Parts: sequence; structure tokens; C-alpha cells
Amino acid sequence: MAFTFVAFSYILALIIDAFLIFFAIFNIIAFDELKTDYKNPIEQCQSLNPLVLPEYGLHLFFNLLFLFNGEWFSLVLNAPLIAYHVHRYLSRPVMSGVGIYDPTSIMNTDVLNKCQREGWIKLAFYLLSFFYYLYAMIYSLIST
Amino acid sequence: MPAGNPLFNHHNHEALEQNTMMQPPIVPPQQQPGAGGGMFNSHPQQQPQQPPLPAAYQNHHQPQQPQPQPPVQGGGGVGTTNPFHHQQQHHQPHIPQHLTQPQPPPPATVQHPPPGGITSSANRYPPNPALLQQPQAPPQQPQQYAQQQQQPQSQQGPYLPPQNAAQQQQQPPQRYVISGQPVNPSNLYPTIPTQPLPSPGPTTNNYSQQYQTQPGVGGGGGLPQNSHGHNNQYPAPPQQNPHAYNNGGVGMGVNQVTAGMNNMSVTQQGFNKLWGIDHADLLKTRQVLPPEGVKSPEIRFPHDYMNHVNCSPDLFRCTLTKIPETKTLLQKARLPLGILIHPFKDLTQLPVIQCSQIVRCRSCRTYINPYVYFVDQRRWKCNLCFRVNDLPEEFQYDPVTKTYGDPSRRPEVRSGTIEFLAPADYMVRPPQAAVYLFVLDVTTLAVDTGYLKTLCDVLLEHLDTLPGDSRSQIGFITFDSAVHFYNMNSSLSQPQELVVCDIDDIFIPCPDNLLVNLDESKEVVKHLLTNLPGKYLSSQNEPRSALGAALLAAQKILGPIGGRITVFCASLPSVGPGSLPNRQGDVKTVKDLSTALNPSTDFYKKLALDCSTQYIAVDLFFLNSQYSDVASISCISKFSGGSIQYFPNYHMVENPVQAKLFEQAMVRYVTRKIGFEAVMRVRCSRGMSIHTFHGNLFVRSTDLLSLPNVNPDAGFGMQVSIDESLSDFQTVCFQAALLYTSSKGERRIRVHTLCLPVAGNVNDVIQSADQQAIIGLLAKMAVDRSLSSSLLDAREAFVNAVVDVLSAYATTQNSLPNLALVAPKCLQMLPAYTHSILRSMGFRADLRPRLDDRSQFMNQMKTLPLYQLIQTIYPDLYPLHTIASVPLASVPQSSRSTTPENGEEEEKYPQFPVLHLCSDRIEATGVYLLDQPDSILIYVCRNVSTQFCEDVLGVQGFVALHEMDDLPELETEWSNLIRNFINYLQSNKPYQVPIRIIREDSKERMWFVNSLVEDRGEGSVSYYEFLQQLKNMVK
Repeated sequence: MAFTFVAFSYILALIIDAFLIFFAIFNIIAFDELKTDYKNPIEQCQSLNPLVLPEYGLHLFFNLLFLFNGEWFSLVLNAPLIAYHVHRYLSRPVMSGVGIYDPTSIMNTDVLNKCQREGWIKLAFYLLSFFYYLYAMIYSLIST
Repeated sequence: MPAGNPLFNHHNHEALEQNTMMQPPIVPPQQQPGAGGGMFNSHPQQQPQQPPLPAAYQNHHQPQQPQPQPPVQGGGGVGTTNPFHHQQQHHQPHIPQHLTQPQPPPPATVQHPPPGGITSSANRYPPNPALLQQPQAPPQQPQQYAQQQQQPQSQQGPYLPPQNAAQQQQQPPQRYVISGQPVNPSNLYPTIPTQPLPSPGPTTNNYSQQYQTQPGVGGGGGLPQNSHGHNNQYPAPPQQNPHAYNNGGVGMGVNQVTAGMNNMSVTQQGFNKLWGIDHADLLKTRQVLPPEGVKSPEIRFPHDYMNHVNCSPDLFRCTLTKIPETKTLLQKARLPLGILIHPFKDLTQLPVIQCSQIVRCRSCRTYINPYVYFVDQRRWKCNLCFRVNDLPEEFQYDPVTKTYGDPSRRPEVRSGTIEFLAPADYMVRPPQAAVYLFVLDVTTLAVDTGYLKTLCDVLLEHLDTLPGDSRSQIGFITFDSAVHFYNMNSSLSQPQELVVCDIDDIFIPCPDNLLVNLDESKEVVKHLLTNLPGKYLSSQNEPRSALGAALLAAQKILGPIGGRITVFCASLPSVGPGSLPNRQGDVKTVKDLSTALNPSTDFYKKLALDCSTQYIAVDLFFLNSQYSDVASISCISKFSGGSIQYFPNYHMVENPVQAKLFEQAMVRYVTRKIGFEAVMRVRCSRGMSIHTFHGNLFVRSTDLLSLPNVNPDAGFGMQVSIDESLSDFQTVCFQAALLYTSSKGERRIRVHTLCLPVAGNVNDVIQSADQQAIIGLLAKMAVDRSLSSSLLDAREAFVNAVVDVLSAYATTQNSLPNLALVAPKCLQMLPAYTHSILRSMGFRADLRPRLDDRSQFMNQMKTLPLYQLIQTIYPDLYPLHTIASVPLASVPQSSRSTTPENGEEEEKYPQFPVLHLCSDRIEATGVYLLDQPDSILIYVCRNVSTQFCEDVLGVQGFVALHEMDDLPELETEWSNLIRNFINYLQSNKPYQVPIRIIREDSKERMWFVNSLVEDRGEGSVSYYEFLQQLKNMVK
């Protein structure tokens, strides 16, 4: 039983992952509101856009910890999502502010569906990885 | 109509809708289904008296001997071998009969909307109800008709040899006689009408009547469409190509030849036609364009009534006139599903209703419409969500007969297009006043073009006719590298100019008086408009443009009220917020185009969204001769419901054609109707949903479109998807409701309802396609594709769409000859349109078009109403030299008719056939008119007849012909007719466009030659080669 840096990074990942789960849920709810006409797309994008970069940043942050620790397997698990985030941000519409959602195109059913599906997939991924981090944390705590 | 009736008042302030005030707001009795349908059957005894049209056709070939014919002129039965012989037979029995018992013309024909090569705005109902019945007719029906017809003929024509009669019985073209359309001889001769046309009945035009009658009836079909010499002959096997028969049909023999030859395959073709499965091999058929122009296919319901009350195809069209019942079926048919709508089109007849409660479905908020089901007298069932709703007491009252009891007589359930005066619950705030703010570019480039003079003159002239009431406000801002404001307080003797140089942080120099009441400050405004053009001519101008700052200022001024900002822009914004880089040099290859066509900054988009929430729309006029990044700037209009107009290389003196166009466009712009604070909601039946919206709008929620302003020249498109199976339903409905504030400060709702039948069979679905609407929708989708992906992708998608459709059709047919590219009748022009659009300025795969031209073409594809969109892609070409032989039609009673002098007598115009845009249709002796959205070109070939030159062009011959800007007004018959024709074409456009007469050997001929898109062009394949490519791809 030893509290190593590895264990610490998994604890951090666990906490951050809980936040990411909330982000994903928030996204899903936001797009559902758009679909059911409760919210104006301009306001909705204004509330969603500031959250995009923090989400990407948090995800990248604990992966950097994995990198420093040499937790290759965890890193490989997360690599596709990092790549997707980078790609997503690079191919965002022309915007002066931060974020990736554009109120003029968000109401397009294709875009809306895509965003919502993205939200669900991320939620599933974060949930599964939550349990994985929990397991990895306990494993690194008990193994000496 | 009792004017004082509180329940049902016709409020009508717009001059355009004046008709409505006079008439009851329902379908006029003549157009009611009973009467309309009756024309088919209820006048059998009249039929022989009505000369069948083909005879009329034949008579045209001797126009030089215009003998006034007696009105009873016998008809050339199509069946007889010799039309003249036939006439003689008819004359004798006819004359006495007609004279003794002059029969009133069938009422059904009285109001028959005159069909023309171009559908007019007056055609609000699907024209001929008789035709619509025909698909349901049993196959033996043609024979029945023939017999019906035979009987009176044999009585009246005692000289008819029996074998001839027998022959007639079998000959399908007799259907012309059946159509029940009396022919007025004054129609047939371009000369003087023998009398001032007392009977309104016979004035319908025989020409397109002839073709309209055709598709439904079961007889085989040689189209006698082409008596003008341009024939359609790839050597085609006869059974494949009915059109090929017409080779011999030049002149008077058309009908004999077609009739005779058709005997052979009458049954087969008759059945094919009857069931609507007529198709042709595109590789072998050269004439696929119907001579009267491509029309929207008719929507066919089991019940006649439903056809009558549907929304006009000019306003609302679906790409399929039968909706597939499942998503799988739609995928099988591989056709795009979507609707195209022109919601605020100027209408001549529009029922307007004021009532205390607008009847709507309680759950889906659908407005009551002709397709609801009345469960009993107190309840109705919504046709979109199927909820049963209560009817209010008021709805029982029928304002026309002033009786209670029958809700189905209400105007709401009698018309597919209706306008309500909205009560107060439809307002979020008191209706705004009409507010106009003009933002004028006064940089060096802009002042040099001289547009200020034209603009100010037009405004001065129309200051009193600007739509609005006593609350109307107006303001002006000019900008170069600073923003100039004008204080126009009514107490001032002349406007006071305020210049703000701090463009990075723009502010409003004085709180009010920049926007002034038009009535109060009219003198000051006039003073400004008179002096503005001169003011900037004299002073030293700035070359730099601070457009962004001026727009921000304009938004601040209008913010509290909302209204319209009109921006004139002639240079690239280069200082302050919203300044743009010159990206023209960045485009080295076609692949770079998609970045250059996307905006380079979101400044204008964000501003547009801010404007949109404040009910401000921005309309743009580009007058640039250099690159000014239309792609970026136009975002300001795209998302605020504005309009974008583009006059490249505008110069008042050096480019007179463009100057004239600009002036006309400005007149139209400042006088056209406008709707403020508008929102449009498009609903559709349960099981379907609107997928993507196209047009200048902002989508505020899944089906709510925010249009800060709506103008009558804006079109919209929506892609529709099928989510659930529709097999339980017979029909589906789309309803578009446009809520707006009129310039008089009234809140109004214009509701359009389109109902379509559901089909369960892939063949039915394909056969019901509307090729023009499909191209309209594909073009919008392709614009999106070329912006999000790349231009090459979009081109490929275009070709794939056509290949998909044709492959889908091929799989539904059992036995098709190899090496044939078969297309159903309703899709035959699809490849031609596609080929043309691939060569157009917007989608061609080379770098020849300028970036701005390309951007603007794409903007147009997104926003033009379908009629203009098709004309942009595929302009109409008419052979003017055939004037001697084409039938005449009367000018439709469109209020937009721009000829005020037609008061005394009804105007006639010749119905020229539309030609393919192909150089081998051009004859050396011909004169051709090319009708484009922004110009009308008249192309005179070298060997034009002297008579035509003298009578129409006013010169001795081709040698003496000069390029002209208008046809001379000669007092000859031909000149009158052709000018009427041009007026008619002009009346179909939003504003008059310049006319240009071009000699075959001039430099300007390239304008015309470049429009012949079916020829091989530089770097692009010809239409025929394109077809062969398609052939290789279709499996």
C-alpha cells in the first residue's frame, strides 16, 4: 500500500472524469432543449461555447499526467478522444469567440443530431472510463 | 359582401390585393369543382361546333391572307386525313345551327386561367379539373369519347364517308375536340379580332390548351408540338420516341402525319400514357422540353375539390407530388424530398379575414385549412396531428350567404392561401412602424460609379409611395473611413451632418433626429437627397471603407424599433471593425474555393444575429467593380432575412445596361411590399419533419424561422424527412404560416397549405417528381455542400443525384433496351438542368468566374423563388420569327401587368414555343429572344426576312440593323404582338429588365452564344456528351 504519483493521478482523473460526466449530461440536456423548442439557439450556444475548451482541457490534463507516469494503456484508451477533440476544434466554423457551436447552423437537424449523438457517446465513454480509473486507482494503491 | 359585417371584414390596404375587396373571398363559383368538372361532360352537343385546335394550328400557316373567318369556322378534325376537306364538311351544318341557337360558352372556361409558357401569378388553382379526372378513367374511356364525338359528327356531316368515320373512331387525337374548349377565331388570326370579344369564354388560348389536354387522355401521342421546323430527330425507333414522328410535320401536315402514324402503336402508347408511365430515351430524343415550357406537375387527388383548394404551385411546391409512405420507399426512389416556398409573393387575389378568434388546432397550433375533417358541425379533426377540436360558434356563420350552419362554406376551408388579420395575442409588442435606414457607401470607388444620383432620384420620386403610414421613419448614414450621420429634425432648414471618426468604438452622435418621421421632415429629407450626390462629387474622398462601423451604428439607431437597413457597398471594407482581407489572390486551385467562399470573419454573422433579435433586416446592394468579398459581407443579410442584390461593374455612364437594371431594381425595391417583425412557421403532418432550411433566415427553433423583414421576392426551401410510416394516411399536408406586420402597422398572418397524396409504390413516386423543384432543392443542397466540403464534391453530388434517380427508374422498368438512357416524362429535363447548372457561374470547376460572381450565384440559388431560379439556370429561348404561325393568348389579368395602355382592348401576345438552348436550334433566318432573369436578349440572325426587319425592327434589312436597347414602337401587327410578348415576359419578373438587340456578327453576340448551354463550351462537355457520361454511370 503506497500513495504513489500514479495513484494520485488516477484519483485526479477520477474526480475530473466526474466533472466530464456532468458536462456530457449538460450537453445532452441542452441539445434536447433545442430540439423541443425550449431555448433560443443563440442563448444556448452562448451557454455551451464557454464550456467546450475547459472540457477539452480537463481531459487533456489528466492524460498528460498519464503520459508523465507512463500509464500507456490508459493513454491509448484516451488517445482517440483527444484526436477527435483536436480535429473538432480545428474544423469549427469561423468564429471570433471560443467554442464550436454556431447558432446559425446548430438548428440544422443533421448538426443537432450529430451533437446529441456525440453527447451520448461521450457520456458512455466517460462513465466506463470512470469505473476503469476507479479500478486503476485501487490497483495502484494496493500494489507495491 | 356587407362591408360593415363585424365578423368578416375585408381589410385591404395594399393596392395589389384590391381585387379581393370587391369579391367574396372564396373560390369564385366558376372555379368550383362542380362547374369545373362539368365542362368535361356536360356539353357534349357543343363539341362538334368547337373547332378542334389542330385545325387552328394549320390555319396559321397562311397568315398573310388574313380573312376574317366567321366565328363558326369548322374545325379540322384531327382524325381526317385532309383538314380542308374536313372543314367543308363541317361548314354547312354548322352555320345555321350556330346562328339560330347561339350557345353560351361553358362557364367553366370563363375563368380558366390562361396557361402560358410561364405560369402567371394569377393562376391560383390547378387549371383544368377535367384533366385531373382522367388518370382515374378506365382504359376504355378514350373510345367512349370517340364515340360520343362521332355521333354528332355523323349527323352533321352527311358527306363523311363511312370508312372515314370508322377511322376517326379509332384515332386518338380526337381528344382535342373533347376538351370542350371553344375556339374563338379571333385567336387564330393575329390580325384584327372580328369583334371586340364579347364572350369571355373562348378567349382561352388554344395553344397550350392543346398540350394540356394531352397527357391525361388515353390516346397515343404524337405531340404536334413542333411545327416550327426545329425538329427533334435523333433517328429513333418509333415505339421509343413518339416525338420523332413529327419530322414531316412542318406546316399543315402535322396532325395528319402524327395521327396517321400513331395508329400503329396507339394502344400501347395509349395505355402507357394513361397510366402515366410514358418515358423516352434521352440519348435519342432531342426534344424533351415541352414547347409551352416545363410546368409543375399536377397534384392528383381522388377528389376534385381537393385539387381546387390547394396552394398554387407558384407559392408552394414539393419535389414530389406524391409522398412515399415510408423512408425506405423514398430511399428506393432516390429522390430528394423537400418543399420550396415563396410565401410573400405579390398576389392578385387573396382572401383576407378578420375574426375575433382564429381557429387553430389546440395541440399542434395548425390553422384551420381546406383539408381538415369535420367530424360534425361542432368539431373538426386536425389534418396534421389528428386531434379533434371544437369549432367556435362564430365559425358556423357563412359571411357570403349570411347563414349559419355549414362550416365548410367558410373561406378558411375554401382556399389554400389565406390571410388573417391577427388579434392582439399575436403581438409581443405593439406593431412597429415602417422604418427605413439607408447606409450609403461614399468611398472613392462608390462615388465614381455615380450610383448616388440614381438612388437619390429614385428615392425622391418615390418618397410618397414608400410603403408605410403616418408613423414611417427614415434615416441616412454615409460612410467612407468615417461615418457620417444626418440630423434631419423638421425644424431645421437643411440637414445637419455629424461626422464620427472614431470608428473603432462607434457611438451615436445625437440621440434622436437621426431617424425622423417621414411626413414631418419630408422637406429636410428632400433637401438631403437633392444635395447628397453633389456633395461627395466635389470633395476629396477617402478610398477606405468603414462598412462594419457604419453597420454597428445603424444597428444602434434602429435597435429600439427594428426596421430595414439598406446598405450600398462598392468597395471592400478595409478599416475599423469588420474589415476584410483581400482573399482573391489566395485562390490558386479549385480546392481553395471552399475557403474563399466561406466568410473570413464572423463579424457580420454575429451582427446579423443581433439585428435579428432586434427585428432589423439588412438588405445589401453590391455595386462593386473590384473584389469586395461578397461571401463575407453577405452574411449580414443571410441571417437577418434581408435580400442581396448584385450589380457587378456598375457604372452610371459607362455601363448603361447595368445602370438601367439598377434603376429598375431600385424602383421595385423601394416600392415593393414589406413585412416587418416576421416569423414563419412550417408545419407538416405527423410522421414527417423539416430537416434543413434554406434561404435568408435564422432558424430560431425546429420549425420557427425568424425573418426580421420579409420581402415579396424571397424564396425559401426546406428539406423534409420521413420519420414514421405514412401508410395509414391518404394525404399529407404542409402548412406555412407567415406572421408579419404590414407597413400599415397591422399584424397579419398569411397561411399557405399544401396537401399531397401518399403513394406506396416506387414507380408512382418517381412518376410524380417535379423536376424543377428537384433542381431547386438540389441547387440549395449543393451550395451547402460546396461551402462545407468542396466545390468538386458538390458537382459530384449533383451528377450522382441524377444518376440515382435514373437508375432507380431503370430498376422499376422490366424490359428496357440496352444502351438507352431512359427517363420518365416528368424527369426528362433533369439532366439538362443539371448539365446547365454544372456549367453555371456558381458551380463550374474552373477559376474563370470571379469569386464575387460565384458567391452571389450561390446566394441566389439559396434565395430565388423557383421560377427565377430555373430561369437563371436555364433561360427561356423563343423563336420570334415564327410569329406568323404561333397562336395567340390573352394577357393574364395580373395586376402586375406593367402596360397601363391596355385599357381599351384586351392585349394578345403570341405564345412562342420554348426551345432547347442548343445552337442547332438556331436557324440562319431566325430571330431569337432569350429571356434571362436580368436581361432580355434579342438575337437577329443574318438571313432574317426583310418583312420581319421592317415590321418589327423598323429597318430595311439586316444590313441596316443597329444594336438597340429596345424594340421600336411600330404600328404594325407583328411589332405590336412582339412588344406585347415582351411586356408579358417583363410582367413575370419582379421588375423590368433591359432589352438588348444583338446582331449575329457583333461582339455582344457572345452574351447570347454563352447562354446556349447545351453546346460544348470551353472546358465543359456538351449536353449530349453529358448524357453519355450519365449513361455509363446508370446501372
